Amino acid sequence: MNLLTRVSPGPLTSLPGRVAPERRSRRARALTRLRRDLAFVGAGVPLHLLTAPLFVWGTIEAIGLLDGSSGSAPFVLPITIALVVVAGYGLTEAQRWRFRELCGVEIPRLRFAVARRQFAYHWLVGPCLALVELAVLVLALLAVAATTVFVWVWLLPAEFRLAHHGYTTWAAFSMAAGVAALFAVPPSAAALVRLEQRIAPALLRDDKAEALQQRVSDLTESRAGAVDAADAERRRIERDLHDGAQQHLVAMALNLGIAKALWKDRTDLPPDVMEVVEEAHRAAKESIEELNNLVRGLHPSVLDELGLDPALSGLAARAPFPVRLRVDAPERTAPAVEAVAYFVVSEALTNIAKHARATRAEVAVTRLGGILRVIVTDDGTGGADPSGGTGLRGLAQRVSSVDGAFRLSSPTGGPTVMTVELPCSAAAQ
Amino acid sequence: MIAEDSVLLRMGVVKILQMAGFDVVAESGDGEGLLVAVEEHRPDLAVVDVRMPPDFTDEGIRAALAVRERWPDTAVLMLSQYVEERYAAELLARHTSGIGYLLKQRVADVEEFIEALRRVADGGTALDPQVVAQLLVRRGSDPLERLTDREREVLASMAEGRSNAGIAGQLVLSESAVAKHINSILAKLDLPRAGGDHRRVLAVLRFLEGNG
Repeated sequence: MNLLTRVSPGPLTSLPGRVAPERRSRRARALTRLRRDLAFVGAGVPLHLLTAPLFVWGTIEAIGLLDGSSGSAPFVLPITIALVVVAGYGLTEAQRWRFRELCGVEIPRLRFAVARRQFAYHWLVGPCLALVELAVLVLALLAVAATTVFVWVWLLPAEFRLAHHGYTTWAAFSMAAGVAALFAVPPSAAALVRLEQRIAPALLRDDKAEALQQRVSDLTESRAGAVDAADAERRRIERDLHDGAQQHLVAMALNLGIAKALWKDRTDLPPDVMEVVEEAHRAAKESIEELNNLVRGLHPSVLDELGLDPALSGLAARAPFPVRLRVDAPERTAPAVEAVAYFVVSEALTNIAKHARATRAEVAVTRLGGILRVIVTDDGTGGADPSGGTGLRGLAQRVSSVDGAFRLSSPTGGPTVMTVELPCSAAAQ
Repeated sequence: MIAEDSVLLRMGVVKILQMAGFDVVAESGDGEGLLVAVEEHRPDLAVVDVRMPPDFTDEGIRAALAVRERWPDTAVLMLSQYVEERYAAELLARHTSGIGYLLKQRVADVEEFIEALRRVADGGTALDPQVVAQLLVRRGSDPLERLTDREREVLASMAEGRSNAGIAGQLVLSESAVAKHINSILAKLDLPRAGGDHRRVLAVLRFLEGNG
């Protein structure tokens, strides 16, 4: 249970002669907390008491039905029972709102079911809590009234005061009692809030197993959403770079190329001009190459259009060592799975180029029933460690984001074999 | 004629076309405009970007295929940020003369780009080395393994659509040496010794796509 503490610090005015800011804010905090606790307690009273009249009504009708004294009972009782069921559900929702809005405790949503514990909370525990809540509220009201007793005393008619000697002593006593009560209000309100925070979540919930099941399906759904969102984001970045930076770079390289071509045979130019232009031309071309490789690793558009096989040939051809590619996956798989498989190959080839000192690599993709298997082999130095390199860890994480399995065998001296298995169902085309 | 949605790049390519002595009769920013303009002007050559509005996928390829379908005399040179061997295969499936498919960044090497433009306009082929490399990664243990490194270079160069002289220029070899290599390659791969550059390109590409 996480408690959202939305404490607004008091106004920080530290004028000379005023209370120091931190003390002031402590008082402001205490007042804020008291206000919040009382609001929570106050909101609880109607919600907890609502069931009592229903309960009484239902009992009267039931008794009437049993001893036959009420003719309308057979018709009214189902209505009462229906109300009880609906009230249970509605009250649970209302309590969830109260806990969330007034004290920052999130109670998981219940399915529409009248569970025993829910019933117990609304019909038995609720009214008792209502009494305690009322007691706290009354205590608060009485405390305020008693503390300010001298104000009320002046309102009494003069004859009354003359008739009752010693009323000032009584008033002083009640004021003292009021002050004491005033000091007792915040802790008792806070204690009650704490108590309710224990009781409600414990009673207003599904069975553990059901709750877990619900949680798992929620998480599965939200994870799939997160994976899709990340893919969409990569597509967007790829598109933006393609339409922006990449075109600009090519245009720049092109113009430098034109300058080079036009000035090639000019003899009246200082020699270093040509050098500078050539250097810039080369740098522009290198930037294009680098950016292309980076963007291509994100999400190539050909992956969406034609699928994994054609997209991978581009990766294999770009690697700085010979790569042999075998793809045996006739059907398209879900876009998220294709994206992960593509990323696996892209990342693996990048890693091999960076660390393995390999002379060749092989990429094999096969679809077998509901499993897409990607195997990347290289003849490099081996010794790859998934826990060390961030690349491999990121790779393993992305594989597990679609419930895939990731295995790496990389003895020192090579060869390194990376096997990734992704569960997949045929994409709905 | 040129179809390219990035205005900056379009201006640059127009400049190069004019440098090479081409007459630019029309420009367009999408595939639809390309078809309209080709119908109106019947150009000898269309330079087309692959990714164009509205969907930014492969509109250019569709448009180019449509152009070749209706006006077979128009040569088409495709430009793309990334070349995909699948698209190359699509382009070359029905026509191998007057087709080019190059990475966009090749326009920066002005002289080579102009050479490719002329080759395509004259009915030849210009395939980006990247495409050829992609075609090569799919080949397993097969006749390709029997080629020497030099012969593989010549083969790749041949697949790009270059003539013997072009290959000799690129690899710094004599033309007679190139001819010798080519004969040896054709023998090892069991390919027909057809006359004409683009027939030979076709044979090589068919071979490379063979067991894709």
